[in-house]
Amino acid sequence: MTDGEILIDVKVAKHFGDGETRVDALRDVDLQVRAGEVIALLGPSGSGKTTLLNVIGCILAPSAGKVTLDGETVFDGQWLRRDLRRLRLDKIGFIFQTHNLLPFLTAEENVAVVLDLAGWSVEKGRARAGDLLGYLEVDHRAAAKPALLSGGEAQRVAIARALANRPRIILADEPTAALDGKRAGLVMDLLRKLAVEQEACIVTVTHDEKIFDRFDRLVHLRDGRLADA
Amino acid sequence: MNLALKDIRHGLFRFVLTCFGLGLLMTVVLSMIGIYNGLVADALAVVKAPAADVWVVESGTKGPFAEASNIPLTTRDAVARMPGVTEAGAINFQNIEAAHAGASLRLYVIGYEPGHPGGPQRIAEGRGIGTSHFELVADRKTGLLTGETIRLGRNRFIVVGLVEGAMNAGGDPAVYITLADAMALQTELDPAAQRVQAARGTVSVKSASVAAVIARLAPGADVELLTATVRQWKHLAALTQAEQEDILVSSVVDLARRQIGLFLGILLSVSAVVIALIIYTMTMEKLKQIATLKLIGAPDRTIIGLIVQQALILGASGWGIGLVLILTVKDYFPRRVVLEPFNVMVLAGIIFAVCIAASGLGVRAAMKVDPATALGS
Repeated sequence: MTDGEILIDVKVAKHFGDGETRVDALRDVDLQVRAGEVIALLGPSGSGKTTLLNVIGCILAPSAGKVTLDGETVFDGQWLRRDLRRLRLDKIGFIFQTHNLLPFLTAEENVAVVLDLAGWSVEKGRARAGDLLGYLEVDHRAAAKPALLSGGEAQRVAIARALANRPRIILADEPTAALDGKRAGLVMDLLRKLAVEQEACIVTVTHDEKIFDRFDRLVHLRDGRLADA
Repeated sequence: MNLALKDIRHGLFRFVLTCFGLGLLMTVVLSMIGIYNGLVADALAVVKAPAADVWVVESGTKGPFAEASNIPLTTRDAVARMPGVTEAGAINFQNIEAAHAGASLRLYVIGYEPGHPGGPQRIAEGRGIGTSHFELVADRKTGLLTGETIRLGRNRFIVVGLVEGAMNAGGDPAVYITLADAMALQTELDPAAQRVQAARGTVSVKSASVAAVIARLAPGADVELLTATVRQWKHLAALTQAEQEDILVSSVVDLARRQIGLFLGILLSVSAVVIALIIYTMTMEKLKQIATLKLIGAPDRTIIGLIVQQALILGASGWGIGLVLILTVKDYFPRRVVLEPFNVMVLAGIIFAVCIAASGLGVRAAMKVDPATALGS
């Protein structure tokens, strides 16, 4: 574990339904992630990994508890911020299993769109997008639409998009699922490097055992409880 | 970054094809509006052409267009002498079929007295009727050319001039001949029929009756007083120009007008549903992208802008294509297609409203999308 500041601090519970139909997806989950840390959320299907990722991503409200992101308490029994999308735009970057690039934008525009939403000027946004694509060694594909990118290229563009607005929390959902072993390792190395250089933390949901050694911590979830940390 | 335009550019061929399809639908809507207007305009053309103030017809009828009307030719002199009347002319109307260029030509024959009201207003080509007999001025839609001859009844007429926009409520193009020729055409029998009548001892007598007498009044003359005076003659009725136009629209072409009007209403409803479906489908196809946009922090206005802008571009393109197409082909319709700027703008307004309403359905669906779906959960 690194000594960086705590970027994610969650103490939450989440259930769906009530009475006989009640399902406890998260039970007294207490998790802290520090800057520079790369952790994996592991567990069988239905263990609560995605629910926890959605709670940290401010997509799903916990039933109880407190969520603090990058020093700001955003949930304490209720959402403390009205504009959760702006919160996500400023603090959180998402990397998806199937990259989820917008098909009608070029690689560069897919990165720049985040900066456009954040209020950057077009010129600055394009420059930043170009820098990120260069950093991720995919700048030669800047003008290509996602359909023309290989799986590895598309995932690197998606990483560039997640990093565009300099968030300190990166949430990744099976980011290597569509990649072969070698490329999966490269992507994880890249994420680790970014976490250190940008003082960010990365929380990844994965089943990919080949990349387990790339994480600082493996966090196991079973029946909505943290089994190990 | 305008996401709507980027998305359109990405699927340009499909979008253009959709716009073209919508444009064809708008062409049908606009043509139906034009046909509706044309029907009314055609019906009024014949009654407006003489530029009359008063129509004197047979008592108890709404002639000469809605009902048959026969009044003595001498009525014209009586009407012409009335105070306030500056001009009066007797006219006759009949439908006939004539052979021309190997085909049957249906004509609306207007008999009038040269030098009196009732003749063609503006000669587009050639000249007006200059002799008492066997000259004819035809509407261009008859296909007749100046200098050509055509047989009407027992006589052959020469075309001396052409006019435009002269037809009856049924769309049959008009020809103008002298009243004397028109009355002969109405009453003269075929030689064989004449011989049969002669053998039976009946003598063919030329009728001296006409369909109507039209009168123009001096400025400031009291139309109501004049019509009231005419009605005092028991065998005559009088209609103002406005009444005559009203009879044509509300009686002669009323069923056809309502039929087209109802069809137009159905067509507009179908168009609205089609536009709504296209826009809704376009939105539903983008739900995953909308979820991604929400997840990465796009505000509602960005997503609403994406949907509404595309809907408006689609509607405007469809309307524009429809307008260009109908303006290109409208003259090839067998009957007049009359498009007024007002109609075109009203349709634009309807499409705008439909697009906004349809976008509302799409926006509603988009707002319900859970950003978590972008994560695949």
